[in-house]
Amino acid sequence: MSIFALGIELDGEGGHPAAWRHAHHAPSESLTGRVLQHKVAAAENAGFTFATFDDSIVPATSDITARVDAINRASFVAATTSTIGLVPVVGTTYAEPFHISSQIATLDYSSRGRGGWIPTRVHDPAVARAWGRPLISEPADLDREQRDSITVARDLWDSWEDDAVVRDYASGRFLDRDKLHYVDFQGESFSVKGPAIVPRPPQGQLVVFGTEADRDQVDVVLAQNADTTRQGLTFLELDVTLDTPSASASERLESLNSYTRAPSSSRREYTGSAAGLVDLLAETAETFDGVRLFPTVIDADIRELARYVLPPLLKSGVAHRPVPGSTFRSNLGLTRPANRYERV
Amino acid sequence: MTLHRPDAQVHFGVFFQGVNHTTIWSDPASGSQIDFETFRRIIGTAERGLFDAFFLGEGLRLREQEGKILDLDIAGRPDAIAQLSALAGITSNIGLVATQNTTYNEPGDLARRLAGLDILSDGRAGWNAVTTDNAWTGENFRRGGFLDHELRYERADQFIRTARAIWDAWADDAIATSRDSEFWAEKDAVQRVSLSTSQFDVDLDSTLPRSRQGHPVIFQAGDSPTGRDFAAANADVIFSRHGTDFDEALTFANDIRARLRAAGRPEDDIKILPGTQIVLAENAAEVEEKERWVRDGQFTGPTALSLVGLVWGKDLSDRDPDGPLPSEDPVVAPISSTRGAFRDGKDPVEIAKEWRALAEAKNLSLREVAIETTVRSGFAGTPGQVADELTKWVREGATDGFNISPYIVPGGLDEIVDWLVPELQERGAYRTEYTETTLRGHLGLREPLTRRKTGETDSSAAG
Repeated sequence: MSIFALGIELDGEGGHPAAWRHAHHAPSESLTGRVLQHKVAAAENAGFTFATFDDSIVPATSDITARVDAINRASFVAATTSTIGLVPVVGTTYAEPFHISSQIATLDYSSRGRGGWIPTRVHDPAVARAWGRPLISEPADLDREQRDSITVARDLWDSWEDDAVVRDYASGRFLDRDKLHYVDFQGESFSVKGPAIVPRPPQGQLVVFGTEADRDQVDVVLAQNADTTRQGLTFLELDVTLDTPSASASERLESLNSYTRAPSSSRREYTGSAAGLVDLLAETAETFDGVRLFPTVIDADIRELARYVLPPLLKSGVAHRPVPGSTFRSNLGLTRPANRYERV
Repeated sequence: MTLHRPDAQVHFGVFFQGVNHTTIWSDPASGSQIDFETFRRIIGTAERGLFDAFFLGEGLRLREQEGKILDLDIAGRPDAIAQLSALAGITSNIGLVATQNTTYNEPGDLARRLAGLDILSDGRAGWNAVTTDNAWTGENFRRGGFLDHELRYERADQFIRTARAIWDAWADDAIATSRDSEFWAEKDAVQRVSLSTSQFDVDLDSTLPRSRQGHPVIFQAGDSPTGRDFAAANADVIFSRHGTDFDEALTFANDIRARLRAAGRPEDDIKILPGTQIVLAENAAEVEEKERWVRDGQFTGPTALSLVGLVWGKDLSDRDPDGPLPSEDPVVAPISSTRGAFRDGKDPVEIAKEWRALAEAKNLSLREVAIETTVRSGFAGTPGQVADELTKWVREGATDGFNISPYIVPGGLDEIVDWLVPELQERGAYRTEYTETTLRGHLGLREPLTRRKTGETDSSAAG
């Protein structure tokens, strides 16, 4: 496997609940489009292959209680970026699968084939109350909503064949209706007829991320430790705090923890010098296909990543800069899938 | 003419329909209706032309006729909020209005997505709130199809009330302006939203502070008496269908003003923007030729047969569009055989009778009847003539402006911006630069309704 993909999580001001205290702008600026564009541009310029945007309909367990919907954020930067994959987190437990499918297919159009999706199970009862829906809490039920939502989204993305728009002037037909398909999904808690409203997205199928439990439905498994079974693309998730010119990584963490103590993370953590992280990532590249980095403070850590971590990885060929004009799928070494409904 | 509003200016919006037969796709100049470049270009033109807003429709199920997917028209479009979020990133002034259904969304989720667009665009979002009682659409959603006709406005009303409560949950200036502050947001500046209505049971902590314009501007498009009352109670703008006949538009506007007074609002509290089409050319002969070209592109033979087939309740695609109307009477189906298109609740046999009388009186073919009875041509003329006419409409109080549906994309707005806007500007009837940055500001709207009702004031909300 020659491709080692570098991803970065860009929600809020960073992974630490007090990250806003070390941001480069005032809290009142942090939800603005300008600040969002600035962060994503920094990640793209650094050479990251993708950026993810965490989300929830209810406030996060962080000092920051406000947050714009992740699909809105990914879409907002779609037309002002050119190479970075844009991957919103969208919960599957209560949302409408038909809407999710349309929304992220639209992101794929506005980003010209750079859309992705992290579907998640939502455990928080507050989310059910926010949606005004009965609580879904049994693991089997959460699994079912996740599985059915991914199935429906994928079916809908294929429900228009690539050449369904024919513009046949002679017959006056815009569509070839034989190339449009009802998905006729019948699940336990919902059914969806189809076809999609959005024609098949540029990538055919967007890049879908999941956990080990979702492996048979997703393109990339996000792993929190090295014990994960290796089969298909697997990316390691890693919390990162780097030394900066003004303070060491541990001093920075200590300072932030003095305001709000970070909850213990289930992810692996790296705290230290940029050079040490370069070594760790080069080593990780031997067993994983990519990483998703969770910077403690985006503004501070992305600067060090851009200056001292990505350049050596790109130079040594451990990682590659995404290619302008190519899709997120192809930057991950994935092919454009055939349409499941297409007649052979 | 009586100038009730001698200084009134024309407001323009562009309605990107995406799915219809009125956008001519058969011309070589016609581009894709789905590629992002189409949207980038058309919204760029609208912003250059100092338009108030760019509108997107919504689609929740592909249209069908006689149980088959309708294959004649342009179909396939982006999700409105996702697309407008992308367009927000490459524009700086124009308003961004998403048509979103209250029947197949939930307020906690939709209010959040609309407010997100509003925050990222720095106060340029609008919501065209629509309803549907079409069970067939529901086959794509968790809740399934059924919602009684009389319940749809009840649900819409409660939906908007809930959305407003969510949008108003944060006090202005709740978020700290310094990193040295004790908290990121003041703890007691965010109110919990707990609402129980007959349709909704929502209990949440909102994640959305207010935008520069307070919250999204609310548009309403229904025309029934219930729809009009709903607008008088809730809307900032009406997207009406009265954009062709002046007297009809004036009657509509007067009716809305009466309903506003009855609802205890000032009679200029709602802006009326009818949908319309504008055809421009240099002289009378060219105008006529261009109108014919547009009509022929919109009403092709197959399209005319399809439109007439809607009334007759059967597949007429093997008939001659240039021949007469069918001699047999329409099939009166127990439920509409057409999905996702209107018949306005009229009895098809009655419609057929009227159409036959029209065909006989004017000696019209099937296709000509389709054109005559369906086309709502809007305005056609030289730029000067149309500018005079639009100025009259606005200054006599028939409308506040127009939502233009270009008959071709992406270039269909070019002539309007290059030819018509300068003529309007010469008459003092169109802005020469954006003087505000928010959609509420462009439209000259007062602060959001809820802010007034609670007696709170906020000078930034209107600007």
